Amino acid sequence: MLTANTPYSSLIATEKGQPFLLTAEEREAIEHAMHHYADPRAASIDALKIVQHNHRWVPDGAIHAIAEVLGISAADLEGVATFYNRIYRQPVGRHVIAVCDSIGCFLTGFDELYAALQTKLGIKPGQTTADDRFTLLPVVCLGACDRSPVLMVNDATHFNVTPANIEQVLEQYP
Amino acid sequence: MATIHVDGKTFDVEGSQNLLEACLNLGLDIPYFCWHPALGSVGACRQCAVKQFADENDTRGRLVMSCMTPAMDKTFIAIEDAEAKAFRKSVVEWLMTNHPHDCPVCAEGGHCHLQDMTVMTGHNTRRYRFNKRTHINQDLGPFVNHEMNRCIACYRCVRYYGDYAGGTDLGVYGAHDNVYFGRPADGDLESEFSGNLTEVCPTGVFTDKTHAEHYTRKWDMQFAPSVCQNCAVGCNTSPGERYGEIRRMENRYSGSVNHYFLCDRGRFGYGFANRKDRPTTPLLAGSEQVFTIDSALDAAAELLGSCARVLGVGSPRASLEANFALAQLVGAGNMCSGLGAQEQALNRQVLEILQLGLAHNPSLREIEDADAVLVLGEDLTQTAPRVALALRQAAKNRGLQMAAEKRVPDWNAAAVKNIAQNEKSPIFITSLAATRLDDVAAQSLRASVEQQARIGFAVAHAIDTSAPAVTGLNAEEQAAVTQIAQALLAADKPLVVSGTGLLASSLLDAAANIALALKNQGKAVGLSLALREVNSLGAAMLAAGTADLSLEEALNALINGAADGLVVLENDLYGRAPKALVDSALAAAKHIIVVDHQATATAGHATLLLPAASFAEGDGTVVNMEGRAQRYFQVYEPNYYNAGNLQKEGWRWLHALAATRNNTPVAWLNLDQVTAAVAQSCELLAAVEAAAPNAMTRIHGSKVAREPRRYSGRTSMRANISVHEPRQPQDADTAMAFSMEGVSGPTNSSALIPFAWAPGWNSPSAWNKFQVEIGGHLRAGDSGVRLLDPAFDAATYRTLNLSSASGLVLAPIYHLYGSDEQSARSEVVASRVPASYISLSTADAQAANVVDGQNIELHSGGFTWSAPLLINASQAAGLVGLPVLPTSPVVNYGATVTVKGA
Repeated sequence: MLTANTPYSSLIATEKGQPFLLTAEEREAIEHAMHHYADPRAASIDALKIVQHNHRWVPDGAIHAIAEVLGISAADLEGVATFYNRIYRQPVGRHVIAVCDSIGCFLTGFDELYAALQTKLGIKPGQTTADDRFTLLPVVCLGACDRSPVLMVNDATHFNVTPANIEQVLEQYP
Repeated sequence: MATIHVDGKTFDVEGSQNLLEACLNLGLDIPYFCWHPALGSVGACRQCAVKQFADENDTRGRLVMSCMTPAMDKTFIAIEDAEAKAFRKSVVEWLMTNHPHDCPVCAEGGHCHLQDMTVMTGHNTRRYRFNKRTHINQDLGPFVNHEMNRCIACYRCVRYYGDYAGGTDLGVYGAHDNVYFGRPADGDLESEFSGNLTEVCPTGVFTDKTHAEHYTRKWDMQFAPSVCQNCAVGCNTSPGERYGEIRRMENRYSGSVNHYFLCDRGRFGYGFANRKDRPTTPLLAGSEQVFTIDSALDAAAELLGSCARVLGVGSPRASLEANFALAQLVGAGNMCSGLGAQEQALNRQVLEILQLGLAHNPSLREIEDADAVLVLGEDLTQTAPRVALALRQAAKNRGLQMAAEKRVPDWNAAAVKNIAQNEKSPIFITSLAATRLDDVAAQSLRASVEQQARIGFAVAHAIDTSAPAVTGLNAEEQAAVTQIAQALLAADKPLVVSGTGLLASSLLDAAANIALALKNQGKAVGLSLALREVNSLGAAMLAAGTADLSLEEALNALINGAADGLVVLENDLYGRAPKALVDSALAAAKHIIVVDHQATATAGHATLLLPAASFAEGDGTVVNMEGRAQRYFQVYEPNYYNAGNLQKEGWRWLHALAATRNNTPVAWLNLDQVTAAVAQSCELLAAVEAAAPNAMTRIHGSKVAREPRRYSGRTSMRANISVHEPRQPQDADTAMAFSMEGVSGPTNSSALIPFAWAPGWNSPSAWNKFQVEIGGHLRAGDSGVRLLDPAFDAATYRTLNLSSASGLVLAPIYHLYGSDEQSARSEVVASRVPASYISLSTADAQAANVVDGQNIELHSGGFTWSAPLLINASQAAGLVGLPVLPTSPVVNYGATVTVKGA
């Protein structure tokens, strides 16, 4: 199984090389999720999240493998997978930074924060650092405007992030 | 009924429609994109906004989407309201921000709904000055081009492809202003109905790739009302021609048959008419002689004169008129309608069943209304594809009913889909193996041909116990029989569908018994029987009551010397009888005259080959499986481009030959005279003259123009031959002119519609203007005339006679691309024809000790054939499947065979 320490190059290999195979655990988890709904198609998002949890992102081959388990077409599942911005259809780093670019953060220093992050990491939005550590993405409102600017790293929300305390936040993610 | 008020005027409307449809019905133009008459409303594009007022005193009003608002009584709306007009103009402007300025190089230009709507809304200046979003296109196979940059995201394509046609490989990806319509990856579109995307798409995202190969604008093509030649459904088409070549096949609307949609074999299988190897001048074997029509006729008459007895072999792909002319030429007792004994008997049986009048033979549109269906043995998607698409719509009737119970109108497509979820009207299918309709079937039973017949007979017995009972069903089949019988009995409009595909008379008998049983139970039942070719039923009707020879009888007569001359009309005998038999018969014949538009293997043996007109260069009448006689009209005159081109309709050659041979004057100078002679001499075809307006018909004193008003370049298109523009060819056979002069566009009185166009409407959406009501019948009547609607007199149940053969049985497997010989002669269709194979079920393959892909041999009597094995896990046991393909031998399907590894 792939882990958070799996090198970037092997993630690419999953995409270009062998056909994608779901592990027994993944298959079981997807089948479990299907039982929560009258229509198996409704488990699409759960299934994509299960695969993304293990692989960081959802390779093309996984779309076909998941669609087969759900009994829907690959085109149908791909529609769901590409609709949601937090389902990654391209490889991402070990940690995904999602910076809020909505109105609250925009008023309290989003521009400076975003620029500082890009300078610090040496990447543009949508890119991944060469050491495969961080991927930088924008996101819409995280619902914490009173403590803006806000960003999320993986599942954790960080408040009042400024160019001055970026270092402190990022250090927590090796 | 409802009264609605539009822009201060009062109209009575039907009341169950939405405002958009109601206004279009009234002839009022509202621009729209996402709505389509066959797909209903989803309110996605916001283009059809109008202002609605609470009552006559309300002056403020509010914008509503006309497609999502019911046309209820006392509705007050304004289309011409300033705010509504500004809103609609803005919507187009937004849609156009990402749309490229590529109309001059876009294949859609000139018949583009987006162009029409942009003009209609008055958006004529682009203010957007920024980058447009761009996409990478996909290779969608040989039929359809993909250019995503032109997309306006109306979602019509996925709604048609998935919701309407049941395709699973076209989806929509992404979100907000960055959505992509395509396949998960490059590759051939899987649906058999993908070509309709080119007409459903309101702009140039999906266009006809075969047309792009030799592109001509719609306004520069010459059209004629035609009938698809590639199966027995008889869909209406509009072929477009330029420089003596068919450039594109468009759907021609018919309120009774195909309405807005064709199958891909019909749309893309026209290339046989453009083949470079087609005979264009008479050819005498072993001679370089250049013929005129007269010298060819003299030569032909001389050849026939030297023969003691001449046999004629007609064809189910030739018109009634041509077949009739051949029968007249060779005389009674010498005519063969061109089919092997097995198919001839089956087609006769179909005709005999239809003549009983025990069930209504439904049109395609009526098939869509059925609420319980049994398909007995026929693989419709491969043999009569448009019927399969109609059955897909029938499956939705349960959902429509559920929606109606919740007072949701049938046009509210998204709501209906949500209410229906996976509920479907019951469709039952018996087949040899999995079919492409199984996904809408309540149950699919895979069984041998004989077992399917037993199931059919058992269903009849379960409906009416006076129908003969059968034995030999397992528990699962017995349970299915009970379920099928109950579903058919519970339905308001039960339908039984079968056909000649499996070459089994027992299946036709079973279908007739079920129809009779339902009739005896007081049900208004439909019975639809598929045949193989465009004029299969017409040829059977023409031959009814005559001493029609089977092809085997005709060939044997040549071999044993009972006859020595042969005239073959538009038929390749090698596709219908075993090669050895055809070889010896052709070798034994003294002279062979072949009249054909294709250089077939049979034509290669002709002493004299006379060039026949195909559907593109000639007129004729054909009868579809519904018993509807329809006329196809000449699209262009080949000798306009080259005086040496001598293609003439089969009936013209054959009648002139008879006149030359008998030294009598030519009696038939135009098509109407031949059609009248057919009607007079054949009782079943007595009404055939009503199939189309006759040649003397005039609309406001004019003929109907085959060319659009803007047809350009006529004075120069022959300049490479001569700078003097000749007179346009004159058409004595029809009420149409080879010209842009004449009637064009919608009128109440013209049943001849060469192409869809109305002022301001250049795309296929123009059909709105030709219909009595949107999506309904055509104003001057749908094409053709139904010939077989006999009153029911009496019928008795048929008994089941099955052979007692044991072991493996040879069964035909049909393919959309390949099983029809003529369309397979089109290059693009040929590219989709599968390679030859022999199929076995998994168990039978194991028993024979052979593996997938291995070359295997089949033996039957003295016959041997080898091909790679295809293990089909869904195939019923006891069958050896042999595909019906141009590369396959003519075999005796139903015979017992043995297989072994080669």
